[in-house]
Amino acid sequence: MNDKHGDDKLTPLPATAGFLPQDDPISRTEDPVDADEIDYLSPVEGHAASVANPDAKAIIEVRDLKMYFPVKSSSVIRRTIGHVQAVDGVSFQVPEGGSLGLVGESGCGKSTTGRLITRLYEPTGGSINFNGRDITNISSRQLKPLRREIQMIFQDPYTSLNPRHSVGAIVGAPLAIHKVVPKDKILPRVQELLEIVGLNPEHYNRYPHEFSGGQRQRIGIARALTLQPKVLVADEPVSALDVSIQAQVINLLQDVQREFNIAFLFVAHDLAVVRHFCPEIAVMYLGKIVEIADRETLYNRPNHPYTQALLSAVPDVKQAAIGGRRERIRLEGDVPSPINPPSGCRFRTRCPIAQEICARVEPPLLQIGQRHKVACHFAGELGQHPDRPVTTGLLGVDDSGAPDPGATPSALAADEPGYSDTWFDLERKTMASA
Amino acid sequence: MSSYLSVRDLKVHFPTVDGIVKATDGLSFDLEKGRTLGIVGESGSGKSVSSSAILGLHRKTSAQVSGEILLDGTDLLKLSDEQMRRRRGKDVAMIFQDPLSAMHPYYTVGNQIGEAYRVHHNVSKKAARARAIEMLDRVGIPQPDRRVDDYPHQFSGGMRQRAMIAMGLINNPSLLIADEPTTALDVTVQAQILDLLQDLQKEFESAVIIITHDLGVIAEVADEVLVMYAGRAVEVGTCKEILTHPEMPYTWGLLSSVPDVSGDTNARLIPIPGNPPSLLTPPSGCAFHPRCPHRDKVEGDLCVTTLPELAPGTRTETHLKRCHLTNPDAVYEREVLPEIAPDLVEEER
Repeated sequence: MNDKHGDDKLTPLPATAGFLPQDDPISRTEDPVDADEIDYLSPVEGHAASVANPDAKAIIEVRDLKMYFPVKSSSVIRRTIGHVQAVDGVSFQVPEGGSLGLVGESGCGKSTTGRLITRLYEPTGGSINFNGRDITNISSRQLKPLRREIQMIFQDPYTSLNPRHSVGAIVGAPLAIHKVVPKDKILPRVQELLEIVGLNPEHYNRYPHEFSGGQRQRIGIARALTLQPKVLVADEPVSALDVSIQAQVINLLQDVQREFNIAFLFVAHDLAVVRHFCPEIAVMYLGKIVEIADRETLYNRPNHPYTQALLSAVPDVKQAAIGGRRERIRLEGDVPSPINPPSGCRFRTRCPIAQEICARVEPPLLQIGQRHKVACHFAGELGQHPDRPVTTGLLGVDDSGAPDPGATPSALAADEPGYSDTWFDLERKTMASA
Repeated sequence: MSSYLSVRDLKVHFPTVDGIVKATDGLSFDLEKGRTLGIVGESGSGKSVSSSAILGLHRKTSAQVSGEILLDGTDLLKLSDEQMRRRRGKDVAMIFQDPLSAMHPYYTVGNQIGEAYRVHHNVSKKAARARAIEMLDRVGIPQPDRRVDDYPHQFSGGMRQRAMIAMGLINNPSLLIADEPTTALDVTVQAQILDLLQDLQKEFESAVIIITHDLGVIAEVADEVLVMYAGRAVEVGTCKEILTHPEMPYTWGLLSSVPDVSGDTNARLIPIPGNPPSLLTPPSGCAFHPRCPHRDKVEGDLCVTTLPELAPGTRTETHLKRCHLTNPDAVYEREVLPEIAPDLVEEER
């Protein structure tokens, strides 16, 4: 892609070269980049935020996905005494070649969702569709060809690479396992991949410890690209990296996405990074999606009190630089235990606007705009939350959440992945369309 | 000389088999009581090493520390081990980055917090426990009289960090060093902790040093900012000056490589090329020159041959930068700002 490594092999060495420590192992781990790898001359390429293709069809469709992990008692007979409801009824779509961001606090189930898509776990309930095919419960034999299509980039570049394997072995392993190319073609392909991710192709015989964090993450990306997947699940791909290196890796991911038309499920807790990378974002809280929308809507007009609190908590360099400091919404306490989540709305224990209905009835993920869904009885922009719940008519309950015999529940509350052409207009309390 | 904390030409060198690692190489700064200094930089830029030198944590190691660390007029480096021990935790306290590894798993939280008090005050265990409960309550831990007997693993990440803050503040230190206090935390918890630190600072009038790589945190809490690169300060100034009119290309690089939650989506993410330098064999001249995109604007080989002085910039006397560029403002406004904040440039026109 970019020719960063010069023709160093052809340059004659200076006469003193033989007396200098050429391959000092310590300085190599300290500063693993060969000087010739840094491109001084050409201007650094910057990347603007990713944009969405509105016509792309869904490559991953997840419906009512659930993952419960059993909690065992500590006695000799290990009985199941409860379940951690890590993911509890999540529905979304990832468009072909597009990217969906999953954000939320630690323990909200975003990583588990990512791992479910790659089928590292077997879901407790719900369904996962890949390219129209149900992959929820297929056997490991059937899974093997699927692994070529869905790959993963892990968070920690220090533990996700085997220290005993050379880079060539790590990146080439998928080719050998899936027998995609003959053995003698593996090395050229590995070198090609290393070049794509901006590493020196001649370094295939080095070991992970000889690389820095950012370079290791590039190796992880090369490994994920080896089989030309259609979907990449990136689980916090930049959180373990230094700030200046983060941007390099994000730009690289944008490059490979454009070049190979890969769909991304981008799991991260850094809202600014997700905003830059994903045109569409889902916010999770305690195993559920509380709000999902396109980038502009979610960041400028969030309707869920949790999204509003989350966004107000992010320190904002540019706001501070011009002197403005936003009012911060303080959330009290910690996230409740997913073993015994609160009744009704799961956010109600920390919600500044919770009322009686929130403890009784769980709010449905209601579509309130062309590309905007929110799960809140009092959905509204910050400071403009309605006094009366907006969902009562649809759910057939009264304002306190008790069943209302006079009302007829609407089918709207059904939780479908993707967006429909009509939605519930919050202001007029009627259905609207584009 | 009036500053409460005054660090002069601090050097921390680690001799290794392969040579001397100059982790901190000539660092100077001042800090008044009631003010917050933010130190930013990448890993390995010497942020943490410098602050542990202030606490005298390199004393029993092979590290060579030189320079002056004047706290209220006393040079901490000249104190005996016993004198330093009496001050550490009392006048100068530290909040460590990873509370799970900074706390002992075998002792209860209350025991560890109380110990920090008992070391400096001649009180009974019971009194220390009462003081620990008071501090846990102060940092916002619910039911402190019950949680005081919990072990660290029974606390959540945010609570552990609060307990660390309680431990750091139990003796009302006049200088508090927080080393990446919120890096391992979620944004909502981070906001809580930063608020807490600011409230407590107001109450106790402490001087606070916050070490972080997150410019957002700096923007929230710091009064003054010190940008470090390869063991040296490369830019010093008030928070507003540094964020609005940075004059050093490394600071520009930091600003343009982090995306923002509210900025223009047309803003470009421009990484700093290459990797942080080796401290064993740092680059000649300006340590940032191998990664600096603006090197060609300086005449000759000045960047490669000569280390620039930390000198006042073009605006104010207090804004110092270590760079050979003569017209940093013009370069910033012409080349950097349009890429990282196109909306701001539009507004001005």
